[in-house]
Amino acid sequence: MPNCKTVVPYNGTPEQELRLREIIAEHKGQPGATMPVLQAAQEIFGYLPEEVQIIVAEGLEIPLSEVYGVASFYAQFSMNPKGQHRISVCLGTACYVKGAADILSAVEQKLGIKTGSITKDGKFSLDACRCVGACGLAPVMMVGSDVYGRLTPDQVGPILDKYE
Amino acid sequence: MEQKMVNLTINGLPVSVSAGTTVLEAARSAGIKIPSLCFLKDANEIGACRICVVEVKGAKSLVASCVYPVSEGMEVFTNTEKVRKSRQLTLELILSNHRMDCLTCARSGKCELQQLAAELGIDAVRFAADSLPPQIEDSAAHLVRDNSKCVLCRRCTAVCRKAQEVGVIGCNDRGFDTHIGCAFDRDLAEVDCVSCGQCIVACPTGALQEKDDTDKVWAALADPAKHVVVGPAPSVRVTLGECFGMPVGTNVEGKMVTALKRLGFDKVFDVDNAADFTIMEEGTEFLSRLQNGGALPMITSCSPGWIRYCEQHHPDMLDNLSTCKSPQQMFGSLVKTYYAEKMGIDPKDIFVVSIMPCTAKKYEVAREEMRQHGWLPVDVSLTTRELGRMITRAGLLFDHLPDGEFDEMLGLSTGASVIFGATGGVMEAALRTVVEVVTNGEMKPLEFTEVRGTEGIKEASYELPGRTVRVCVCSGLSNAKKVLDGVKAGELHYDFIEIMACPGGCVNGGGQPIQHADVRNWVDLKALRAKALYTQDEGMTLRKSHENPILQQVYREYLGEPGGHKAHEILHTHYIPQQRYRTE
Repeated sequence: MPNCKTVVPYNGTPEQELRLREIIAEHKGQPGATMPVLQAAQEIFGYLPEEVQIIVAEGLEIPLSEVYGVASFYAQFSMNPKGQHRISVCLGTACYVKGAADILSAVEQKLGIKTGSITKDGKFSLDACRCVGACGLAPVMMVGSDVYGRLTPDQVGPILDKYE
Repeated sequence: MEQKMVNLTINGLPVSVSAGTTVLEAARSAGIKIPSLCFLKDANEIGACRICVVEVKGAKSLVASCVYPVSEGMEVFTNTEKVRKSRQLTLELILSNHRMDCLTCARSGKCELQQLAAELGIDAVRFAADSLPPQIEDSAAHLVRDNSKCVLCRRCTAVCRKAQEVGVIGCNDRGFDTHIGCAFDRDLAEVDCVSCGQCIVACPTGALQEKDDTDKVWAALADPAKHVVVGPAPSVRVTLGECFGMPVGTNVEGKMVTALKRLGFDKVFDVDNAADFTIMEEGTEFLSRLQNGGALPMITSCSPGWIRYCEQHHPDMLDNLSTCKSPQQMFGSLVKTYYAEKMGIDPKDIFVVSIMPCTAKKYEVAREEMRQHGWLPVDVSLTTRELGRMITRAGLLFDHLPDGEFDEMLGLSTGASVIFGATGGVMEAALRTVVEVVTNGEMKPLEFTEVRGTEGIKEASYELPGRTVRVCVCSGLSNAKKVLDGVKAGELHYDFIEIMACPGGCVNGGGQPIQHADVRNWVDLKALRAKALYTQDEGMTLRKSHENPILQQVYREYLGEPGGHKAHEILHTHYIPQQRYRTE
């Protein structure tokens, strides 16, 4: 389960935590409070690490398993921060038929991480995305704002090495 | 207040039930069974599995009868072609994602899914899944989870959250990836699970079961160098019969003793006997706290699930816990000290087995602070279910067994210890002794009916010379939380509180025989099992712990005074605050 425990150390600030606690206080006791609080938490921290979910659980006085159940259900929530370089491999129809799945697994292999997660040093995060509007170049991968097209799996390694 | 009645027909039969009743309950009252899977009365009423669907005239689709309320003039059909086909298809789809290793499954024969497949007439598997590998999670001392057999009914998460308010398990991820697990898919051993096992008895399939320790016991029994001693807990004698199809609430003490002897145990003692020691120590401790201004309310410490919950959720209340070991641990300690010395056996050669209604006892036996002189008091703790399996495996025809008697020395007990197995039993047993001691034998009340019954929270007060003693009895950790929150907020005032982790106490423990939801929804297991304990108590000559002649002898010859130095060394323990979350 890539969207689970992150390998990057938590670096939330007391200011961020204070803002989250204020939002929790606003919603506490209301039915369905978990969703808006988690949305706000992701807004504040950029993602939902275990430390943040514990603050939410204790603040709302609900089990951590309930918070995690909601956070792991919705695709909009991420439990991993984004890396210094954000890699998106397009899995849209055109890219997919042109072998994007092989590109994605080449990236996973190269970085030693699963889709949806981040390398230990925080340098690269990897996501699959849907259509970046460059179907003519399929299969396509983006690293940050750089677009790489007509890719073959063996090109992946050298491209990523440029960002090291 | 008069209940408003609602008239409807079910399969053409006129039925009249009170407003608010569900269609499933109304049908039941009319003698019609609607099959169900995720429905567990008062715990999991979510209409998720769609097995219990019925046709309601005028409704645009089939409705889930477990959550659909009756209304005036409603016409319900529970057995139409459409209903039967829908139930069958739903079950086939559930089975398509279920690892069907029924032949080797621990729940085989007691599985609700198996029974449903038979009842609904699933005679072929149309949508066989590619071979599903087992998904074993066995990090905790007491439990094995195999999600490849999970049907996602959520009964386990419901009891964990609602009855116990522990809430360590939930539904993670989405779609085909949906699975039961802890937050962040941590192992159960890493989270604040209290090991109560209520999830196991709520589970309809073999996805959850206790960690089977019977092989360790067979090995010890086969080892000539081991002196193997066994003792069953109070409640086991009124539930073991259910493993062999006997009615709920049958007392099988005599047959159980014979079975244990025929299994080859060298000595068959009774944890009831140790429970009498618990009362002597706990009663003495309570009186001393009353007289010397110790931490009050004093809270009982028999239930290891409760102890773990207290250490994790209420570490500020640890001083209020009685320092008495649980009866299981007192039993093991007495066997490996008093009995070992008396028999001239090295405690290291003694193998102590306890038979418990409980899965948390498996966790308790390994608690390091129990260690004395290099040994742990109890070597293996088996559940009632595991003993049932051992008896079956040994080829003992349980209902044919003659009644046997416990071995002397640590086998004699009183009615006070028998009722330990029901919520309120420890409190009543303690009061029987405490009141007599405090009044120098002038008052000898026997029955404290105020603390009996299956309600989650009970309270009473008793006038003793010089002061009123206010007591509270609660079972189920959600009730424990209510009481403790009230005590801490200064709203509730008690001197003595009995807390059992499982709703109803040990008779309803997580190690007790499996009963289908079909039984649990309509029969009060807690009440029937407890009744058998109170009946046994009534029939006994000795009904107060301090009257136990064996106990008197052990104090005289070996322990000294109750609450004294040696008694403390052998029969008491201490507690350690524990973390709820780990975020390393």
